Amino acid sequence: MNEYIKPLPPIGEQSKPFWNATREGRLQLPRCDHCGTFHTYFEPWCSHCGKEGVHWEELSGRGRIWANCRFHKVYFPGFAPEMPYNVAMVELEEGPRIMTNIVGLPNGTLDEMPIGTEVEAVFERINDDVTLVKFRPVVT
Amino acid sequence: MSLISKRKDSVAVVGVGTTDYGALVGHDATSLGIWALRNAAEDAGIDLQDIDGLICQRLTDYQKFVQITNTSPKLVTALPGAGRMTGGTIQIAVQAILSGMLDTVAVVYGNDGRTAGPRYGGQGDNYGTGADEMWFPYGMTSPGAVHSMLFQRHAHMYGTKVEQLGAIAMAFRKHAGLNPAAVMKKPIAMDDYLASRFICEPLRLLDYCLINDGGVAMILTAGDRAKDFKQRPVYVRGVSQVSRLAQGELPDDFGYAAMQRVSKTVREMAEVKREDVDALMIYDNFTPIVIFVLEGFGFCPRGEGGRFVENGTLELGRGRYPTNTNGGHLSESYMQGWNLQAEAVRQLRGGLGTRQVPDAKVVQYLQGGPLSTSIIYATEAS
Repeated sequence: MNEYIKPLPPIGEQSKPFWNATREGRLQLPRCDHCGTFHTYFEPWCSHCGKEGVHWEELSGRGRIWANCRFHKVYFPGFAPEMPYNVAMVELEEGPRIMTNIVGLPNGTLDEMPIGTEVEAVFERINDDVTLVKFRPVVT
Repeated sequence: MSLISKRKDSVAVVGVGTTDYGALVGHDATSLGIWALRNAAEDAGIDLQDIDGLICQRLTDYQKFVQITNTSPKLVTALPGAGRMTGGTIQIAVQAILSGMLDTVAVVYGNDGRTAGPRYGGQGDNYGTGADEMWFPYGMTSPGAVHSMLFQRHAHMYGTKVEQLGAIAMAFRKHAGLNPAAVMKKPIAMDDYLASRFICEPLRLLDYCLINDGGVAMILTAGDRAKDFKQRPVYVRGVSQVSRLAQGELPDDFGYAAMQRVSKTVREMAEVKREDVDALMIYDNFTPIVIFVLEGFGFCPRGEGGRFVENGTLELGRGRYPTNTNGGHLSESYMQGWNLQAEAVRQLRGGLGTRQVPDAKVVQYLQGGPLSTSIIYATEAS
């Protein structure tokens, strides 16, 4: 088995529930106890209402591509073998937006993943601790 | 005695100094700042010891700076290296002078980014909130990629085309050809633009600014003292800033709301209408931001920025708003807004030959974000 050489996320106390859930094939994010805003950061403070206190809540894993780009320059040596690669920001149907890669495309070009494309989460196991959340177009 | 005993009512730039731009081996950021400040002091006709306020940006070793320049300022500070801090650096200088606390303030920028080689993007670049957790595992990094995504949004919403980005790159390159200090002077045609390699698709090499070594310094003083200096004063008529940091790196509105607020404030301060502006200096780290800024500051309707830059609107001798007449960050050098301040001052002093904006009286600096900033410079104090 080849060694995984792409960047791995640091897993801290605050973010551990996120990565525990992805290991089980679930997408969950912190949600404000007071105003219900979903967070894509791992702090106890709400950026919307300013109050303290969050709980974890599971999301559907469905959304749409909100923005996209395709890297042709190597910034991380671990990505060099698969240049060029795409990155997308997906807007989940519950509202928050997360950065990801779109998988399951014939060639991975931008015209295969236009903004607005309906996508669903797929969970890619990297090692015992990390499972990344990627997305693929919904086949209708 | 009140805290403020001698409040002033205007501020002028009386000295401007720049280094060469390029690979300047043997100079660190501090050294480049000193080089620029010595030129600014000579330009103003003063000694370094006449400077009573020193505000550095990017070059963080203010102690070495003060030791080597053998000065004894009454205010010394240094702001971080991000280009978003340029406006704030000048704001602090203006406030110190208007309050009456300081007379002659130097703002100094030194950047050894080409030879020292700090990279934009990749491991170790903390650009992007929580980037190591939520961006890097997917290969997402760099301000260029963020602008690439924002352009894709703009294209999706308004039909903006990459050829319109090419028009911006070509206009600024044309200006650079008139500027001996510019790093890239070779003219580019649309075919050259479209043939340049992708960095982060859809953005290409020619959509990206030029990382180089260099320094810029300006000397500011109260308007009532400005006529005692060697150069014709250029007045800072307005300076305004609004943060959109809370929206994250990819704001829904391309920074529009923040820029609208800055635009209104700076024009009220300056008592200048948009129609009075003779030239623009736009912080062009990447071509798409030029379009967002023209919309945000109301030079064209929202969504129309792409069409607005076609047909030479930003070109000297051709368009209504000559923009980045030194070549900007795309073609003179990426000096994080500072070479644009220098060019604004020089245009208003006049005598720039083929790159002179005829009869320039008002020049506006525009920075899109995330600390949206504008500064209006003018030949008259009011």
